[in-house]
Amino acid sequence: MKIRLDSVVKTFDTFRAVHGVSLEIESGELVALLGPSGSGKTTILRMVAGLEFPDGGAIYFGDENATDIEVRHRGVGFVFQHYALFPHMTVGENIAFGMKVSKTKRSTVAISDRVTDLLRLVQLEGLQDRFPAQISGGQRQRVALARALAVDPKVLLLDEPFGALDANVRRDLRRWLRKIHEELGITTLFVTHDQAEALDLADRVVILDKGKIVQTGTPEEVCRAPASAFVMNFLGDANRLKVTVSGEKAHVQDVAFDAPGIADGPAELFFRPADVTWREDGQGIQATIARVIDRPDSKRVLALTVDGQAIEFDTAPEFPFRADTRGFVDIRRPRVYPA
Amino acid sequence: MAQTKTRRPPRIGEAPVFRITLIAIVLVFVALVIVAPLAVIGVEAFSKGIAYFGKTIANSDTRHAIMMTALTALIAVPINTAFGVAAAWAITKFDFPGRRLLLIVIEIPFSVSPIVAGVAYMFVYGLQGLFGEALQSADVKILFALPGIVLASMFVTAPFVARELIPLMQAQGRDLEEAATSLGASGWRTFFSVTLPNIKWALLYGIILCNSRVMGEFGAVSVVSGNIRGQTNTLPLHIELLYHDYNAVGAFAAASILAALAVVTLIAKVALERRGAGRVRRPTLAGPSPTSPETKQ
Repeated sequence: MKIRLDSVVKTFDTFRAVHGVSLEIESGELVALLGPSGSGKTTILRMVAGLEFPDGGAIYFGDENATDIEVRHRGVGFVFQHYALFPHMTVGENIAFGMKVSKTKRSTVAISDRVTDLLRLVQLEGLQDRFPAQISGGQRQRVALARALAVDPKVLLLDEPFGALDANVRRDLRRWLRKIHEELGITTLFVTHDQAEALDLADRVVILDKGKIVQTGTPEEVCRAPASAFVMNFLGDANRLKVTVSGEKAHVQDVAFDAPGIADGPAELFFRPADVTWREDGQGIQATIARVIDRPDSKRVLALTVDGQAIEFDTAPEFPFRADTRGFVDIRRPRVYPA
Repeated sequence: MAQTKTRRPPRIGEAPVFRITLIAIVLVFVALVIVAPLAVIGVEAFSKGIAYFGKTIANSDTRHAIMMTALTALIAVPINTAFGVAAAWAITKFDFPGRRLLLIVIEIPFSVSPIVAGVAYMFVYGLQGLFGEALQSADVKILFALPGIVLASMFVTAPFVARELIPLMQAQGRDLEEAATSLGASGWRTFFSVTLPNIKWALLYGIILCNSRVMGEFGAVSVVSGNIRGQTNTLPLHIELLYHDYNAVGAFAAASILAALAVVTLIAKVALERRGAGRVRRPTLAGPSPTSPETKQ
């Protein structure tokens, strides 16, 4: 089912949560809404679900205007951040709930067969008689998914699906969710503040800031060509240097970088810590090493430019230099944004 | 080889003298203030034999008072339960202007002396009161009759159910209801299959406390009932009358009924707390439990 948001607006009391967001999600696509807290991503997800109603704009499911359809008739599967499993029901009863309350009557046998199938799908065979409190966080998350899938939703919505899990479980579940998505092909929209999660899982990433979409694209597009300084910063560690642009060239000390389409005047130059080579002499920005931090697979170097701007970069573990060494920072793949 | 017994220093507050003294003080206090009076009621009630006890209870005025109390409870408790659930639901699941004020107003009966409630009802429904004349011309008797007693009892016990439910429902949040609705359940279905099962022990607990208070209420009821023997006397009022009649044994016998009721309430309360504590199989709280190994923030 294709989903289309048309200039959706939502205001809470005095706080504008979502400012005119328009977005199309193709049928069968897996899309991440990525943004810091307060960026409106969860509000958008809840409006798609029908748990909140927009103050302006419209939401279409296929060709149907779904803006005012109540959540119980909207046919979405919603996985809550803290799973919201019914604590007084077993895993099996939780998964069966949607089928039991449905208008389409199913026989007890049909329901129990479907529960068994879903438990197999989420790899929790044999756990149907446990209560939610008796299973682990990762298992609860999978029960929540099975429960949402049980009602054959047109759209699957997940709110911070891995937020409450620790790192290893998170990574495994991520890969597993991607596999399930490929098997079932349900249009899926999920919310996260973790860029690694979004890039790892989604076909397309929608980056939000202060209730507005700042960039939409495949993980490759947003990583290789961040549309703004915010996106550059939000997607990963980034260094920022103050530069002066003149004639589409950004100048730091006596080094010039291409700055196509940037107006003359002060601007900001960004680069990733991995895109730096340290040179003892030659070209580059003059800097002094302030500190070297050891990491399992690399060294992180903290340096100060001659004019006192901080730079961080990653080097091989064999990096021989120590604090107070002077040298030159050679930057690859710089990006210049207006200040 | 002689064993040298090394004395470890006691933990703070674990010195034996301190322990024994503290426990002794508490035990003596409980014995004097709580157990002794209850024991006296039991002993005095039967001091002239079981036959006399039976005769006192069988007295038509006493029987009427018992009926009156039971009837009041039968009306006031269900109404207050419904009100309590509605209030707790509204306060915890919806946002509306005046929500915090409502939370405070609901608690007023806890902090106000019941006699104030009684007097207030006098002013509203009494002959000189706001609706007094209108009620009299319509021939509706509220004061010095069952409706007044029920109203006063309801005022005093209005917060009991809501007070038990609000913290629990606040902790549970709206996620469960939202989940049920997103799965296609109607409002009623959500309430009966999801909300109610998760609050049932707290609800029952609130009902029991409410009931025991309705049956035992004295102050507010004594003002509005008019104390008419055999007509508007509830059990607590009747006990006082018997006592003023120098019928100590009768008073104690009637009091023993209320005391027995208190004991039943207590047993039910402990049993419910056990159910509440036994959350391993049927846990009450929503969300991931903090003890789960995979649940780290």
